Amino acid sequence: MTVFLVLIVIALFAVAIWQMSKIYALSKGNSQGDDGEVANGKDNRINAKLMVMFMVFLYFLMFYCFWHYSKFYLPEASSAHGSKYDNLMFISIAVIMVVQVITQFLLHFFAYKYKGEKGKRALFYADNDKLEFIWTIVPVIVLAGLIIYGLFTWSDIMNFEEDEDALVIELYAQRFNWKARYAGDDNILGDANVRFIEGVNQLGIDPSDTDGSDDVVTQELHLPVGKQVIFKLRSQDVLHSAYMPHFRAQMNVVPGMITQFSFTPTVTTAEIRETDYMQEKMRTIQEIRREKSKELVAKGEPALDAYDEFDYYLLCNKICGSSHYNMQMKIIVETQEEYDEWMKGQKTFAQSMTE
Amino acid sequence: MSVDATALDHHTHDDHGHHDHHQTFISKYIFSTDHKMISKQYLITGLIMGVIGIAMSILFRIQLAWPEQSFTIFEIFLGKWAPEGVMDPSIYLSLVTIHGTIMVFFVLTAGLSGTFSNLLIPLQIGARDMASGFLNMVSYWLFFLSSVIMVCSLFVEAGPAAAGWTIYPPLSALPNSISASGAGMTLWLVSMAIFIASSLLGSLNYVVTVINLRTKGMSMTRLPLTIWAFFVTAIIGIVSFPVLLSAALLLIMDRSFGTSFFLSDIYIGGEVLHNQGGSPVLFEHLFWFLGHPEVYIVLLPALGISSEVIATNSRKPIFGYRAMIASILAIAFLSTIVWGHHMFVSGMNPFLGSVFTFTTLLIAIPSAVKAFNYITTLWKGNLQFNPAMLFSIGLVSTFITGGLTGIILGDSTLDINVHDTYFVVAHFHLVMGISALYGLFAGVYHWFPKMFEGRMLNKNLGYVHFWVTAIGSYAVFFPMHFIGMAGLPRRYYSNTAFPYFDDLADVNTMITIAAIITAAVQLVFLYNFISSIFYGKRGPKNPWKSNTLEWTTELKHIHGNWEGEIPHVYRWSYDYSKLNEDETDYVIPGQDYIPQNIPLQPGEEEMNH
Repeated sequence: MTVFLVLIVIALFAVAIWQMSKIYALSKGNSQGDDGEVANGKDNRINAKLMVMFMVFLYFLMFYCFWHYSKFYLPEASSAHGSKYDNLMFISIAVIMVVQVITQFLLHFFAYKYKGEKGKRALFYADNDKLEFIWTIVPVIVLAGLIIYGLFTWSDIMNFEEDEDALVIELYAQRFNWKARYAGDDNILGDANVRFIEGVNQLGIDPSDTDGSDDVVTQELHLPVGKQVIFKLRSQDVLHSAYMPHFRAQMNVVPGMITQFSFTPTVTTAEIRETDYMQEKMRTIQEIRREKSKELVAKGEPALDAYDEFDYYLLCNKICGSSHYNMQMKIIVETQEEYDEWMKGQKTFAQSMTE
Repeated sequence: MSVDATALDHHTHDDHGHHDHHQTFISKYIFSTDHKMISKQYLITGLIMGVIGIAMSILFRIQLAWPEQSFTIFEIFLGKWAPEGVMDPSIYLSLVTIHGTIMVFFVLTAGLSGTFSNLLIPLQIGARDMASGFLNMVSYWLFFLSSVIMVCSLFVEAGPAAAGWTIYPPLSALPNSISASGAGMTLWLVSMAIFIASSLLGSLNYVVTVINLRTKGMSMTRLPLTIWAFFVTAIIGIVSFPVLLSAALLLIMDRSFGTSFFLSDIYIGGEVLHNQGGSPVLFEHLFWFLGHPEVYIVLLPALGISSEVIATNSRKPIFGYRAMIASILAIAFLSTIVWGHHMFVSGMNPFLGSVFTFTTLLIAIPSAVKAFNYITTLWKGNLQFNPAMLFSIGLVSTFITGGLTGIILGDSTLDINVHDTYFVVAHFHLVMGISALYGLFAGVYHWFPKMFEGRMLNKNLGYVHFWVTAIGSYAVFFPMHFIGMAGLPRRYYSNTAFPYFDDLADVNTMITIAAIITAAVQLVFLYNFISSIFYGKRGPKNPWKSNTLEWTTELKHIHGNWEGEIPHVYRWSYDYSKLNEDETDYVIPGQDYIPQNIPLQPGEEEMNH
């Protein structure tokens, strides 16, 4: 695929350069004219044609990208609010692509159609209030629609209502890894501050706060499906950003303050692995990795791991230092039973302190 | 006011006419107070910085396409930062940081606005020079000094600044968070402080000059749109740059004097810092209060240049002159109240997010008006495809493409999932990076004869430059939207740390190849630029048959611009292809343009544009 794409790009560049050289040669022979470095009729004709070719290229590029790359778009959202997000995204892209296709056509087509010719007279056309009114008011209406839709969705997502059984989890960022702190049986996170960090108490939980004694600190993020999760985000050093693309969720993690974000996961890890989208994607990636491994092995280097199963992930999305690119945490969405089972195996803060 | 200024000037001019200025090399080429020389100084400094900035982008693009592989080119340019030719992750961050800083501030602010405001404001409004030639000179030399400091910071032992061009603390405040936050960051801050001083001196000068030194008859509604753009740009700069200076000063205090403006509750390097009570979000507010207007500081001059170039080369008046001015003013006003759209997920109150979504999407309206007006200006024109015209049309194209994705990013909801991904990179490179660069190129091709005493750039090399750049920059940035929507974060040294981005690697390779080709063709421009300074063909006094006043000056540069009296102005600058009363011929028979200094002809009506 890439090879094909690279070939096309190179071919287009080649065509462009070939055309250029033609222009160059033509105008060289014609340099006796008195136009000097000002465009003459021939330049206008050639560049007008190139405008059309460029428009074709641009449409081809857009079409190609949508055709081949839209599969990169994330799978259907795995959170309750995600489908609203995807809808709004789809509508916005549709609107802007309509505008894009029309305006780029007009721009390049006019450039072609009204190319300069000797003796041609341009139209002295300085103003038209009606036209200008139309293209002020049309964007106003379209944008008003998008703004209203967007704002309603935004307030749904950000000013969420807390379910009674919502799960409270602290996401704790430190360079260059993430930790999760579950609120435990009382569902209240104990107080915490970097000043309490000592020994195994890596998150700085206040040992004197009894709310914190049943808190559970983990390296992986396990979420029960269908239950609202309220994330409280805390950083111990610099800015980070907790980015969970599959859940259409992101919030910065700011030292000195607690930020929050909430969503309800709707698709378990097991379910998403079974979707056509994910199976297809995994096949592609595994194929790529097999190829690469073959090359590596041939060079005497260790092969890549096979990557046989997809897992949700949490990424750091705010530059935080040299290993920023490698700061991630695995997310596992599972049934309530599986979640309870897993939770049983974890140690509470009190337990880990007494050890 | 302008009348007085002209009258005053009229007296001083007699001195100019009769005395030969004996200028030494130093007073002519180095410490010059002549706006034409200063504009050339800005341009050449800006271009040199541009070469550095673009070269850096090629280095990190190579790393992104072929991650962690060994390249001799890295060994040559990065030295100890590329042991055995493999790029080090911390120098990758430095490269993106300095690339951003150089391109935004040094190339597209100083190189674009500095060059063309200096060249065109006095020439197009009919003034002998800037209001203060001395301040103008100081402004350039401060810019030069800040450029030198920025370049010096590249050679600091611990590496240049690496916290992103937005230098968010605490990363930028704590030298033990990343080694580059030491001396490299200090130099970055010093350089930017000087840069801001330079920019303020320049902007004040531009505003005063436009308000006071317009020639007789040059009312505000007869100004070319270039001048309107430079004028409003300068005002935005005066309003917003001081806020960046305050942010930088507070950051310097946090770094060096133990204050806690932006720092609180930090545990790093095994110890708890004493800082308490500050907030990095405060820094984000201060930074983006400049940072967003900065986008328009970069873009408006480019749009002003393209307005002028498109009208001239279409042989038509710009469509909707007053609407264009209103759009510039609306964009300028709105630009100062939208900064929060960079911070939707920063942890600020979601209600603020709603407000900023509203104001941000409002900006799309004047931008749309401008785009439609450009397209209508082409309609039924007699388009002369000079290289400047091609770059201006290219600008409109990328401005639309990049601007439209702004509707997605400006929507707080949609921003959640594309924030800080490659989608953002694609968006702002198209809408402000490429568009503003096209504006810069359009300006250089169009006014090169004015800068270099009639010498012109080779048009065929210009065509090659434009077409390859146009194809290449779309090939670089359009596919980036898609890898962004796949959830690929920006500023990642390598995307191979996790398997799930493996299928995007091909796209990254393709982008890098296109970027290398596009960067390479800029060498054609550089060659054209340098060789034309010395060997370019000399063209006529008014090569593009343009109406504005700069083309009424003689080819040879003189101090004071016009040999005799300053021309008076009788009309707006867009009387192209205007017909006489009975519509048999142009107003001036056989000539499709009427320069601003030509009085109204018998029977001709001044347009009430």
